[in-house]
Amino acid sequence: MALAAAVPGGGLLLASPVQAALRLFQLLPSAAFWQAAGNSSLRIFGGFLLSCALAALLAALAAGRPWLRDLLAPPVAAVKAVPVASFIILALVWLDSRSLSLFISALMVFPPVYLNVLEGLCRTDRKLLELARVYRIPLRRRIWGIYVPQVLPYFRSAASLALGLCWKAGAAAEVIGLPAGTIGERLYTAKIYLQTPDLFAWTAVILILAAVFERLFLAAVDLLAGKAGR
Amino acid sequence: MEIRVEGLCKSYGGKAVLTNLTAVFRPGITCAAAPSGTGKTTLLRLLLGLERPDAGSIRGAGCRWAAVFQEDRLLEDLSAAGNLRFALGEVPGEAGALLARLGLDLSDPQPVRAWSGGMKRRLALARALLAPAEALALDEPFTGLDGENRARCLELIRERGRGKPVLLATHDLTGLEDAPVVRLGGG
Repeated sequence: MALAAAVPGGGLLLASPVQAALRLFQLLPSAAFWQAAGNSSLRIFGGFLLSCALAALLAALAAGRPWLRDLLAPPVAAVKAVPVASFIILALVWLDSRSLSLFISALMVFPPVYLNVLEGLCRTDRKLLELARVYRIPLRRRIWGIYVPQVLPYFRSAASLALGLCWKAGAAAEVIGLPAGTIGERLYTAKIYLQTPDLFAWTAVILILAAVFERLFLAAVDLLAGKAGR
Repeated sequence: MEIRVEGLCKSYGGKAVLTNLTAVFRPGITCAAAPSGTGKTTLLRLLLGLERPDAGSIRGAGCRWAAVFQEDRLLEDLSAAGNLRFALGEVPGEAGALLARLGLDLSDPQPVRAWSGGMKRRLALARALLAPAEALALDEPFTGLDGENRARCLELIRERGRGKPVLLATHDLTGLEDAPVVRLGGG
């Protein structure tokens, strides 16, 4: 990237890391920057959280109901296999552009979280469940003592994967849907006006936000894992 | 209170494990004696309601049970107190003294993962003895215990099991010569 940028006139097509960093520092003090970062984060991370909750709930229901597992298997497989761009274009028909990134990030998060939580639930130690039955341990204590510690490692690895996916898919949805005041809109504008330093600066913002949200979320999961069953 | 089984049959994959078993379990210890793999655990599981018999009836077993299973079934990441709290909802006031009699320390903050097999077995037994149960099902509770610990455990089982049916599945009847025995032959 640095070599390409060093070619005379190359900076127009490919900004150097220094140019991108400088542009990022120029953007930082502006309210529009924080508004765009905030709007995108809210929708993309909001989609992630909503999808996690729904996926965990459906996995809990499906774990004891094979018919529900069979019912959900084809749509989950379809979401895994169909290109995200197809979903984005299809969703644009139904949704306004502001809800698009929330919907798309939720859609991308659902399969890994649902499948992993389901796997964790299906692998829950039957012997401990029998113990809980004999000792008449209430459901709340069973959840905290048996299910949560056994499912959390599965959920953690799925969430780590899904957080990367949701930022990729959410940003793509914004670039296509162009909701006002979002990172996706800024990326599109940068592309139209060949503002490659802006393009790289905003890409860096996505990377940083994805990393920060991943760290924070996984730290919260680890905290929960530490407390579970105590 | 007594538990009565009549004509109990159970088989797995065509192999009969219990055939036409009839027995009465009255308050106090009743031993289910048999070599390994001949139906002791199956009988306990049927009484605990974890399995359904193929034929026969069980009366009086719908009471509140506490059990020591073939495995310790402890939450390995929790301390002794955490395990008691999980199973019983709280740590009973008498838990410290009972655990001390079994050579265990209730205040040990270490997860039981770090404990020896014998210590875990004694904790599993303590959990059953502290539970507010009307009947006890103990599946080889002395596994991995030396003679001294076995004697201590047996003394506590007799004490805490007074007035309730205690079904003790074992292949070794040492110290239990006075207890009624249900002999299981398998098949």
